[in-house]
Amino acid sequence: MIPPVTEPAIEARNLARRYGRRWALADVSFTVPAGSVLMVAGRNGSGKSTLFRTLSTAIRPDLGSASVLGFDLVRDRWDVRKAVALLSHQTYLYESLTARENLTIAARFLGVGGVEAALERVNLAARADDAVATFSAGMRKRLSFARVLMQEPKIVLLDEPYGQLDPEGFALVDEVVRELKSRGTTVLMATHQVERGSGLADEALFLEAGRVVRC
Amino acid sequence: MLIAALRKELLLQWRSRAQLMAVFVFGASALLLFSFAVGPNAEILRQFSAGFLWLGLLLSSTLTLAESFHAEMEHRALEGLLLLPANPRALYYGKAIANWLQLVLLGSALVPVMVILYDAGTLRLGSLLLVIALGTAGLSAPGTLYAAMTAQVRSKQTLLPLLLFPLIVPALLASVKATSLIVLGDPMNQSKAWIELLIAFDAIYWSLCGLLFGRVVED
Repeated sequence: MIPPVTEPAIEARNLARRYGRRWALADVSFTVPAGSVLMVAGRNGSGKSTLFRTLSTAIRPDLGSASVLGFDLVRDRWDVRKAVALLSHQTYLYESLTARENLTIAARFLGVGGVEAALERVNLAARADDAVATFSAGMRKRLSFARVLMQEPKIVLLDEPYGQLDPEGFALVDEVVRELKSRGTTVLMATHQVERGSGLADEALFLEAGRVVRC
Repeated sequence: MLIAALRKELLLQWRSRAQLMAVFVFGASALLLFSFAVGPNAEILRQFSAGFLWLGLLLSSTLTLAESFHAEMEHRALEGLLLLPANPRALYYGKAIANWLQLVLLGSALVPVMVILYDAGTLRLGSLLLVIALGTAGLSAPGTLYAAMTAQVRSKQTLLPLLLFPLIVPALLASVKATSLIVLGDPMNQSKAWIELLIAFDAIYWSLCGLLFGRVVED
């Protein structure tokens, strides 16, 4: 029996991005099947964040191309953004606003509800009315996570999701990734926690100096 | 989406309302210093009052405009909104309208200071407020665009006025002339022509800057 052919969620072809004269990404090609979890590993400065920022359309590739759910990364930027959510090193939060206000702003732009549910999901309901400026780094990370979940994306890019989190936060990330996978969401996860990530991932991609060294 | 953007801006401004008070004090201090520079001659003070008011507003506006992107850049919140995805044009108009409202408030608050310091009272308060509204619209539209452009550079406080001031000369000139005619008397009803010119500049600024904003904030 012929196995069913699944459309790739992401297909990157020779992606390259440079900052000044340094190539942060060079000739990166890979395919991610829909509904799978891909772990992206590599040392600091290996290009993981640049790859995620490129795939989320935060930055444009200088060379190469990629299709995300059939949409071209550069030409169909708006469609790609509707399908992809990025958990970045940056929190994307307003410090002077409360956790609830931050999520409400995102919800208004997305045209969705579920602010309270998202706060509950990341265990921040008790601090919902506190300004983000009073939050620890781990709490900010959780709030950013809540924002990502509210987007209900088809593809989730998690850049160092375990960074700054406590053991309870680690468990939360694992739980959410499993939950997303069970719903058919494609997850890309850049992490230094290779052992932990391997337990969740279907495939792995190793980057070094902006190049894929192992798939 | 514009409503969402505007609500976000107004909330952010409300949280940093103490800053508006500081900017008002800065503007009032500038008006006071101008009066010291001219001396005690009441007639000259009155004659230059419109120019001084707009200079005070212009200097204060660079502070509020530059600051309006601080929260957006601190943790790349603006990028986060663009990736949701939020329409860049809605984000621009939300911020430009919020900045404009802040400048209208600031301009209206500086009018009594001008009246007291320069003895430049007028009974045509409605017309004066209209000119302030139109003039500040001419500041906030390009000001918001340039504030976005300079928000990521280290010397933004220096760069913003350098880029902004040459561009807004026509709007500033029309605002000063119209205000001056309202304060000093306008027997030939010339202020109408300056107000019409101001409306034309505002229309150009608001439409062009809205179109360009996406290019400025996207990679």
